Amino acid sequence: MQSFTILTSVAAPLLRNNIDTDTIIAIHRQVGTNIRGKLGQWCLGSLRYRPDGTEDPDFVLNRAPFRGASIVLAGQNFGCGSSREGAVWALQEYGVSCVIAPSFGDIFFNNCFQNGLLPVVLPEPTVIALAAEAQTGAAVTIDLVDTVVVAPSGQRYPFTVEARRRTALLKGLDEIGTTLAEAGRITSFQTRDAAARPWIYHIGEAS
Amino acid sequence: MAPKTMFAKIWDEHVIDDFGDGVCLLHIDRHLLHDLNGSRGLLELKRRGIPVHNPELTFATPDHGVSSAPGRVGMNANGTELLESLRRETTDAGIRIFDLNQPGQGIVHVIGPELGLSLPGALIACGDSHTCTHGGIGALAFGIGTSEMGHVLATQSLVQRRPKTMRVTFNGKPAPHVLPKDLILHLIGQIGAAGGTGYAIEYAGEAIRAMGVEGRLTVCNLSIELGAKIGFVAPDQTTFDYVAGRRFAPSGPLWDAALAHWRTLPSDPDAVFDQEVVVDAAAVAPQITWGTSPEQVLGVDGMIPDPAAEPDPSRRSAMQAALDYMGLAAGTAIAGTPIDWVFIGSCTNSRLSDLRDAARAVGGRTVAAGVNAWVVPGSETVRRDAEREGLDRIFTDAGFQWREAGCSMCLAANGETVPPGQRSVSTSNRNFVGRQGPQARTHLASPTTAVAAALTGRISDIRQLGR
Ligand code: SF4
Repeated sequence: MQSFTILTSVAAPLLRNNIDTDTIIAIHRQVGTNIRGKLGQWCLGSLRYRPDGTEDPDFVLNRAPFRGASIVLAGQNFGCGSSREGAVWALQEYGVSCVIAPSFGDIFFNNCFQNGLLPVVLPEPTVIALAAEAQTGAAVTIDLVDTVVVAPSGQRYPFTVEARRRTALLKGLDEIGTTLAEAGRITSFQTRDAAARPWIYHIGEAS
Repeated sequence: MAPKTMFAKIWDEHVIDDFGDGVCLLHIDRHLLHDLNGSRGLLELKRRGIPVHNPELTFATPDHGVSSAPGRVGMNANGTELLESLRRETTDAGIRIFDLNQPGQGIVHVIGPELGLSLPGALIACGDSHTCTHGGIGALAFGIGTSEMGHVLATQSLVQRRPKTMRVTFNGKPAPHVLPKDLILHLIGQIGAAGGTGYAIEYAGEAIRAMGVEGRLTVCNLSIELGAKIGFVAPDQTTFDYVAGRRFAPSGPLWDAALAHWRTLPSDPDAVFDQEVVVDAAAVAPQITWGTSPEQVLGVDGMIPDPAAEPDPSRRSAMQAALDYMGLAAGTAIAGTPIDWVFIGSCTNSRLSDLRDAARAVGGRTVAAGVNAWVVPGSETVRRDAEREGLDRIFTDAGFQWREAGCSMCLAANGETVPPGQRSVSTSNRNFVGRQGPQARTHLASPTTAVAAALTGRISDIRQLGR
């Protein structure tokens, strides 16, 4: 997994609410067994391109200096909808490493941490204030070491991340490897649990 | 002991390790795989040389990519590739697959409860956001991404952050022609598509208790459209009667032990929820969406709202963008809007009770000229049961297409799309931009409201059509 420590970038204001995973990456761009590396150009495709396939010059990511921004400032419930991790991959392949929003779709939020994309939750008025400053193209800094967002004006907005997830992001730790390192806990849990709830483990087929 | 919610009882029972900050390692009792991404998780494990921890607790079926054409002729190349890789990788890993034409195949959220794999009190994960559906049986079930799928395959566990709890109480008795789908769409309209974000939702109240298990599965299915990745209903006698005797449900002494445990699961009377919402179910009308988010919904007898009346600028521009995409005018009645397609299916509304409701609403009438109307049963078993009852004939006699089990036009991953610019009334759960195909326009509704549209060629009020 990619590690995340400190990021300074222009931040693209995209303040609409409920930007869903289908909007982030259309399903027909992510069907198949080998899609990685091909998603960036279709990230937010229905917003970036018009129906005839040409770029919409009014869309923020098609305007200087926001093209290729590494930070997106979004509205409520960003990444709502499907569980498809393609939404995170598409953002990363486009170049986004951090999304700041008042709230996130729960599954998308987890998927971000699995891939080293940092979702930052800040209150809505703060996101709006940041967007107003970022509008000029001035850079925003995300500091995961000190868990603070620094606005172009120097104003500091602290945010919270669960300690375990912060450590994993800072070090780029892989969760499967971390859990497997203590796999004994799982088998002993299952032994205990199978005595308490045997019907979970003994799946018979009715004839 | 302090009173506990059902959510807390089930969560606590599954904690393998507590990392603090509400983050826990949880045991996953059942893991379900489907063709769209199941093999991706298995291939990743294989690449890393990690074995599947509990293949016997994992089950797979193809649903998203398969054709729903009768006889499944003309499967597209993507669907075939996904199917073949799912077959190969599950076989290699020793995971049971319910394959095409076998009882057990179907939309993953239809087959779990149907086979007795999804059980009250179980913790269920699947690489699909509508996994919340299984909450209708009294399980805690939620969707996961591909990386998390790899984690479950490798460890039969997941690291999760504990959500807050919300109880939604549906009081009263719904009016005739108001179905479970209408109740949940109405709720989404009331509290918004982000209203449940960060919560696990328990659905309660008279209207839920009176509902069959299949209706509860429909309600829970749309939890994710509220932003909640978990939604569930406490198990009761209705649940136990539904589960008893299913193919993989416990039997004999295991059933007795399970039942005794399941009876302890409901929230204690004084349990405290982080948030409470109350809905008057008796006041809900048949619902239909007008926009590109499930929260953009209204009674089928209502007027399309005017963005000019919305004070919040970002909401106003989202409304206008939705109206432009949908090709609708503000301030006009939604009823009477001409439609091109009707899709009855998806993990929301493709179970036997849905098809019975729809068939009854057809009432011997025929599909309007120029409308393509499809009925896609949720599983092979639903298809066979419906055919045994003669429901397929009711649909085909009326001019509907009767198809094979799968996701089909719900998300069009199999190439079954609504053509650009055309308008569909669909019993599925998402009306996002492009969901049923690029530029397709989707109106979400219940099975009987979908039938009303098919028969009249317009968005119509089933209450005025009779039956
Ligand atoms: S029916 Fe639709 S929502 Fe349900 S699992 Fe299939 S694609 Fe997803």
